[in-house]
Amino acid sequence: MRTSIPKIPAAEITDEAVFAARRAFLQGAAATAALNVMPIAAAAAALNLVPGAAAAAGGKTIGGELTPTPLRVVENYTNYYEFTFNKEDATRLAQRMVIEPWTVTIGGEAEKTGVFDLADILKNYPGQERIYRFRCVEGWAMVVPWLGFPLADLLKAVRPLSSAKYVRFVTASQPDVMPKLAENKMLHWPYEEGLRMDEAMHPLTILAYGMYGKSLPKQNGAPLRLIVPWKYGFKSIKAIVKIELTREQPETAWNRFAPHEYGFYANVNPNVPHPRWSQSSERVLSGGFFSPRRPTELFNGYAEQVASLYGSMNLRVNF
Amino acid sequence: MKLMLSARQWWWLALAAFCWPLLILGVDIANANLGPDPVKAVHIRLGDWSLRLLCLTLTVTPLQTLTQWRGMADFRQLFGLLTWFYASLHVWVYLGVDQGWQWPLIAADMAESRYIWFGLLSYLILLLLALTSSVFAMRLLGRNWKRLHRYIYLAAPVAVLHYIWQLKGNLAVPAVYGLIVGGLLLFRVASWLQGRPKLGQFWPRWAGGRLIQPAKPR
Ligand code: HEM
Repeated sequence: MRTSIPKIPAAEITDEAVFAARRAFLQGAAATAALNVMPIAAAAAALNLVPGAAAAAGGKTIGGELTPTPLRVVENYTNYYEFTFNKEDATRLAQRMVIEPWTVTIGGEAEKTGVFDLADILKNYPGQERIYRFRCVEGWAMVVPWLGFPLADLLKAVRPLSSAKYVRFVTASQPDVMPKLAENKMLHWPYEEGLRMDEAMHPLTILAYGMYGKSLPKQNGAPLRLIVPWKYGFKSIKAIVKIELTREQPETAWNRFAPHEYGFYANVNPNVPHPRWSQSSERVLSGGFFSPRRPTELFNGYAEQVASLYGSMNLRVNF
Repeated sequence: MKLMLSARQWWWLALAAFCWPLLILGVDIANANLGPDPVKAVHIRLGDWSLRLLCLTLTVTPLQTLTQWRGMADFRQLFGLLTWFYASLHVWVYLGVDQGWQWPLIAADMAESRYIWFGLLSYLILLLLALTSSVFAMRLLGRNWKRLHRYIYLAAPVAVLHYIWQLKGNLAVPAVYGLIVGGLLLFRVASWLQGRPKLGQFWPRWAGGRLIQPAKPR
């Protein structure tokens, strides 16, 4: 069983260990390869993922009851339209991406805007493991143990102005290695996403830099991606280079492409079908052949935590 | 090399050839060789073969028209039945493996998925045609048999819609099927027009004059 420690910040329990894990990550600047071979056991120990450790420390597990999808499935099934429209080819093609050095520009309606080294950001935020359901708008689902930290921690640090109502995210644009982006295919590039401020500040919303106790594979959004577990996967933007606090609701890539099919909110909702297919059930990928669908849950099973964000909003209209 | 097979031998050869993809699929399932979403991979294989076979079935009559070779009706029946067979497996995998016979889930999925409506319509046509494909049914239905079996011209474009409607927008491959089916339908329309004396001479002379040789009296 994997465990993690949402209630007590990881830093308080395993300060040194977490630091070690982050240091291992940061040394990636010297050798990317080293990152990818960081032994799971070491990372797991570093992040206090050793079975029972969180419980002993009095921590409660977020998602500890979920069984993670086999890593080989998660690593080899990603929608990364900058590279290809085929989920199984993204693994190979994304390896050409350049992820070092990496900076994140934080701009817009905040006091402390600027261009930050990813290394500096990661130094400041202790990693936590979050085991989340991940539901694609196409009807398949996974369970992924992410490593990351609440987006809220970073946003608070840059001191949002009261005029900040939304957060806009932008993916890296690397035309040399991203064929579909270079050819201007399908979506409006670079990929953009957005959240309402309260969604961005929600404790379930994280910025992830790793999964399965290791740094993120490139095809899964390295070096830094958003994870919003109650929304369809396309909201969880990959390879973030820009975070901007805005007054107005930002444009988002899929909404721009087909506004009647992909809304700004894109909350997982079995009662609101996509115009061409049902969202009432999902195929949970297990790597096996005989694992029939299961009913999809409202807000992907996180209704208890997030339903209040939407109050009496009509979710059919604001899909 | 002697390729002097009899029509009957060709028939058996074609049957064996089109069972091959199923064999390969079986091997791939047994070896867990279908990637991270094997159920979807099976949908795609079986769906693709259904559509390919459907296109092949549709080419028989035009080929017959062009070559004037009349021995092809058996092949049309064979390809048609194979289309139905693959489509049946495709539907069965959807119901039994993907949905695991969970009828409430199936009902909800079918009710809300437009692409499945098209798949279902196409399948129902194929089913009806398969059930009435025997010589016995042909005799029984008389003139109506031909009328009924013209619905294959509906089954094909509807299957292409079924394919297009499930995608997020990358339409290159289904567009190819659309072109093939569209071409075959156009050919039928053209030859139908030529079959009518007043509308004849549709084809320019430099293109060989008439598309079909002097039409049989109707
Ligand atoms: C009740 C009838 C049918 C059902 C429930 C059904 C269901 C499905 C499903 C679930 C998929 C996969 C969608 C995904 O990507 O997840 C699919 C794909 C497909 N089906 Fe069907 N189908 C039906 C009938 C047919 C028929 C009659 C044909 C052809 C003659 C057909 C051809 C295809 C094709 C070509 C694909 C796409 C393959 C690809 O992506 O390359 N289907 N169908």
